[in-house]
Amino acid sequence: MGIISRGFRGRQRDGDGRLPPGQYQVHDFPVLSAGPTPRIERDQWEFTIDTEAEQTHRWSWQELMALPQESPTVDIHCVTKWSKFDTTWQGVSLDVLFEDVETSAEYALVHSYGGYTTNLPLEDLLDGKAWICHRFDGEELEPQHGGPARLVVPHLYFWKSAKWVRGIRLLNEDWPGFWETAGYHHYGDPWREQRYEGD
Amino acid sequence: MIRWRRARLTAAREETPTARTLVFEVADWPGHLAGQHVDVRLTAPDGYTAQRSYSLAAPEGVELTVEGLPDGEVSPYLVDELTVGDEIELRGPVGGWFVWRPAVTTPVLLVAGGSGIVPLMAMIRARRLMGGETPFHLVYSLGEPARRYYAAELDTPEPWLTITWVHTRVAPHRRITKDDLPGPGPDVFVCGPTGFVEAAADLLLDLGHDPGQVRTERFGG
Repeated sequence: MGIISRGFRGRQRDGDGRLPPGQYQVHDFPVLSAGPTPRIERDQWEFTIDTEAEQTHRWSWQELMALPQESPTVDIHCVTKWSKFDTTWQGVSLDVLFEDVETSAEYALVHSYGGYTTNLPLEDLLDGKAWICHRFDGEELEPQHGGPARLVVPHLYFWKSAKWVRGIRLLNEDWPGFWETAGYHHYGDPWREQRYEGD
Repeated sequence: MIRWRRARLTAAREETPTARTLVFEVADWPGHLAGQHVDVRLTAPDGYTAQRSYSLAAPEGVELTVEGLPDGEVSPYLVDELTVGDEIELRGPVGGWFVWRPAVTTPVLLVAGGSGIVPLMAMIRARRLMGGETPFHLVYSLGEPARRYYAAELDTPEPWLTITWVHTRVAPHRRITKDDLPGPGPDVFVCGPTGFVEAAADLLLDLGHDPGQVRTERFGG
């Protein structure tokens, strides 16, 4: 335990164990990103998966919409300390997108319109753990929250859930992304409080 | 590994009726870049802890300016309770993106919304410390002059610093517009509440600024 802060009592007690260490619950939806919100037209939008064997799988907006849709309700945790419970999304499971992808790669580098990147192990995208989402709370996903489509990987800190997602490159070796290069943790498990490199 | 360190409050001053600047003594502080932040951790007697991030307000020493949020958990404690001599814990510096490096001589445009001035002030102070030729232009949007942070310091003219004030709640009350912002070229740092940052970044893109030269930091919902 750290230094006791004289007179500090704290307000937000975590009654039901849903709040990872160091987090507090919010009811709004804060926005965090490193630059201006990119301007992306849906008819220009595409999503790709590039394998380590240089095979490219490609979906247009219409093709993504035609795939089976899921509506996950999940808790999300931002490294800047806010958590938001029971967020409702609509999108396509990565399991669907990976159905015809032949790969033995272990790592994924996600890249976005605007140049953002983030890395995570491929297994963290599969088995019902991740989605490409285009609706939030029943509405089209707003550009400031990553619209037209973002990755959602709720079990990791939310910077792994890349906004304005454009594609995934599969790699045999881990390759740090934008925040990971800037000193943030390469994996980012909120329950182990993996905020910064070395945590 | 960025470890937690003991930080002792050595000085405090009021910036506005609701904001306070806190100066901490931190043993073995490694130094930092203007624009970086720290994580602050408070611990209650029963072991409950709360953490928040705050921008460093100065390029040297650990100085934070904290706005007390009425329904906040940590900020009211830092603004109203913490007394010179008290200790808290902090870790940092954190963040390597929203930073100004004095070696880069590209002109700088700073766009602040309210308490978003804090990391930008660290950049202005770093520029003053370093000297050199780099021109800075600050566009500072806030409700009214009484809410200005660092008022006396910013009212002291400096040849390399241009300041454009935008007041949203006193006559002629208005929001930031394209006319307040210079055209493309400078490295741009925008900090403020989300709505402000979205609006300012949109204006900058409309003016032709390269998105790769516009760095943003947002807080609040």
